[in-house]
Amino acid sequence: MPVSAADIAGVFRAEHGRAVAVLARVFGDLDIAEDAVQEAFAAALEKWVEGLPPSPAGWIITTARNRAIDRLRREASREDKHAQAALLHAQDEPVEEGVVRDDRLRLIFTCCHPALALNVRVALTLRLLGGLTTSEIAHAFLVPEATMAQRLVRAKAKIRTAGIPYRVPYEADLPERVRGVLVVVYLIFNEGYAASSGDELIRSELCLEAIRLGRLLVSLMPDEPEAVGLLALMLLQESRRPARVGADGALIPLPQQDRSLWDRDLVAEGHELVRRCLRRGAPGPYQLQAAINAVHSEAASASDTAWDQIVQLYDHLLALTPTPIVALNRAVAVAEVDGPLAALTLVDDLDLGNYYLFHAIRADLLTRLHRFPEAVAAYDAAITLTTNTTEQAFLTHQRARLT
Amino acid sequence: MKKYLLSIYQPDGPPPEPAVLEPIMQNLTSLADEMRAAGSWVMDAGLHPPESATVLRAAGEELLVTDGPFTEGKEHLGGFMIIQAEDLDEALDWARRLARILEPLSIEIRPVV
Repeated sequence: MPVSAADIAGVFRAEHGRAVAVLARVFGDLDIAEDAVQEAFAAALEKWVEGLPPSPAGWIITTARNRAIDRLRREASREDKHAQAALLHAQDEPVEEGVVRDDRLRLIFTCCHPALALNVRVALTLRLLGGLTTSEIAHAFLVPEATMAQRLVRAKAKIRTAGIPYRVPYEADLPERVRGVLVVVYLIFNEGYAASSGDELIRSELCLEAIRLGRLLVSLMPDEPEAVGLLALMLLQESRRPARVGADGALIPLPQQDRSLWDRDLVAEGHELVRRCLRRGAPGPYQLQAAINAVHSEAASASDTAWDQIVQLYDHLLALTPTPIVALNRAVAVAEVDGPLAALTLVDDLDLGNYYLFHAIRADLLTRLHRFPEAVAAYDAAITLTTNTTEQAFLTHQRARLT
Repeated sequence: MKKYLLSIYQPDGPPPEPAVLEPIMQNLTSLADEMRAAGSWVMDAGLHPPESATVLRAAGEELLVTDGPFTEGKEHLGGFMIIQAEDLDEALDWARRLARILEPLSIEIRPVV
């Protein structure tokens, strides 16, 4: 069966992380690994048109390795020290696929090393593990492609010169390093989920990529309940995507969403994961956020929601992560149990004057208390503070109902 | 093995009271001893205050000598250590302990070429 260039690109995208991970171990160098996979892609565009090989991943890794070795031999013969070192490294390293799982875990920890800036970790993870092109990543983060390319080049140079290791961290560092990886994956998801302007296609692609990375983390670290919690959280949020934007592109908040549009398969999978990780009795912030989302998913309507359960889960979350943002979200649930006045008292104590949602939530509570002039002022503050046009449109609409 | 420079940045001004400084110096000495025992220590040095610095710069025929330090600022290099380690994670383990001893000073870690 003939294979199109787009199909070949799809296979490479799916196998990119695996191939780069194995080759980075073989050559001890990320650049060589990445270039080698790129060369294999060029070769595949010629060779695969007649049909896919039996094991595309194996074909990519073997071809990439052989081509890289040929190139390194030529460079090494010209006294290139870097090429000589990489060749020497490759002699001692097996290429069998049995160690592939470990290789990808190593690559994740390298990409998410705390010595790299957060935006760099995000870009590296999407490029090397996710197989997104530099242009796609630049597009998703609304920066010029040259800027993103430079960011990636500098990141790989730092990994090499600073000696950021290509291995799973020491036992003692592991909990903190795992948290660092989860932060990067959730950041990718949120970037895609935020309904800001820009290409909706690329944005939903980011969410799917984050979920794919989340699944990979769970398969590589099955004993890590927070990894399971994060995956559950992302699946439950993703399940509402079809319901959260109306036909006119306007944002629809959770209480008003048409719940029949929620993706039932994602909800079911999310619920199963929440049960699985909470059984382990080591709840962390992601597991609790997933559990909160699971309670929402179970309710037939906003008024049917078990708000008291949600408040309890937020109490727990607030104890683990006592941030004003968590306190703000808790107050929203408190409004449903103890009424808007109780919630407003909680909200007014928070030091979040620069956060648009603080004002948006105050505005909503004030509206429910029929304190309309104050509500209008709060909507004005919220509208000024967000740059997100979809959010602005939503808030302006809410405000217009009061005047 | 790679070598790393650990630079200690401290605010300008008088040094802490002896009662504060002494236990810190003791901890630094035992950290250096531990590094030596592990084969990680290369060298370390504390520096006199930035007012003691002199800056030189050649420009063609000229050689300009001025009263230092080179950079204006509220913090300056106060001392440094050079260590050797397998990779950044191993070096960071030592650097973390140095930062704990010298709390709240900043430690910059840079690979040596």
